[in-house]
Amino acid sequence: MAKERLQIIVAHERNKREQPEYIEKMQQEILAVIRKYVEIDDEQVKVNLDNNDECSILELNVTLPE
Amino acid sequence: MAKIIVVTSGKGGVGKTTTSASIGTGLAQRGHKTVIIDFDVGLRNLDLIMGCERRVVYDFVNVINGESNLKQTLIKDKRVDNLYILPASQTRDKDALSQEGVEKVLDELSEDFDFIVCDSPAGIERGAQMALYFADMAIVVTNPEVSSVRDSDRILGILQSKSRKAEKGEVVEEKLLVTRYNPERVEEGEMLSVEDVKEILAIELLGVIPESEAVLKASNQGSPVILDDESNSGKAYSDAVGRLFGEEIEHRFLEIEKKGFFKRLMGA
Ligand SMILES: Nc1ncnc2c1ncn2[C@@H]1O[C@H](COP(=O)(O)OP(=O)(O)OP(=O)(O)O)[C@@H](O)[C@H]1O
Ligand SMILES: [Mg+2]
Repeated sequence: MAKERLQIIVAHERNKREQPEYIEKMQQEILAVIRKYVEIDDEQVKVNLDNNDECSILELNVTLPE
Repeated sequence: MAKIIVVTSGKGGVGKTTTSASIGTGLAQRGHKTVIIDFDVGLRNLDLIMGCERRVVYDFVNVINGESNLKQTLIKDKRVDNLYILPASQTRDKDALSQEGVEKVLDELSEDFDFIVCDSPAGIERGAQMALYFADMAIVVTNPEVSSVRDSDRILGILQSKSRKAEKGEVVEEKLLVTRYNPERVEEGEMLSVEDVKEILAIELLGVIPESEAVLKASNQGSPVILDDESNSGKAYSDAVGRLFGEEIEHRFLEIEKKGFFKRLMGA
């Protein structure tokens, strides 16, 4: 139990650490653009950069309100 | 050139000062000229654990500010040859240590010593970052419970991004030291096992120090527990020092001690 919870939080924090610094700023700007059109909370936009050997994938996850 | 070892943890009260004192003493016992530096500005404690609190005249900040020189400031241990202590300042000014100042002192010590052991303050902020910045090796002290492991992982993140080595594109050697290990409580599921901690942090295991009364006794006496070679904690610290020199020593005190008939009889 404790071990699983710990594994999840540690993985999450490591991922956050490994993100380039511009990601947060980019997330803010994307959020601002979306807000021009729909009302949305901060947590509803998620930006994540996955670095693989071959290529990097920028993942943008937007949850629009119903 | 000295090797600089930081003893760090993030979380407070996990056993950094206890570890710094014992590892530093163990290195000196093996004939290596060693200095232990207390980086805990305002919360000086290493002097008490080493039993030299009444011999403190000057401190780390005095040296940085040029108010005393190293020769006047270093305290030579009375029990072990080759062992010196550089006490922390009692000042309330948390910014009394400047990076340039620390570097100057470490450079000067490097000329004369084989090992410099830096006892980090708790936390992951400026004080802890100062203590680890110049390190070649980090001993990450972790208790087998969730918040300590999480903080250790944060400290690893800082070692990998904000240390001098990291800035130069090199790596700080990382060693895990699990302390206050209590096999009974692991068995009960109240504490994480060494295996769990090792798996999550994914760094090399330097040692496992059992929870023991001997540590409290040693600190009351002002004598590092490694000098108590009867105690399990003392033995475990000696093993850890051996492993620093590449000796292959099996980890012990991981299982519940089966009390023998005689011990039961004695109520031990
Ligand atoms: N193996 C052990 N068994 C029993 N008690 C221990 C052990 N290691 C440390 N302790 C106790 O835990 C307490 C904290 O230890 P210590 O001062 O070394 O921690 P620290 O990490 O330096 O703390 P701080 O973050 O405040 O600097 C002390 O009371 C010490 O005696
Ligand atoms: Mg301490």
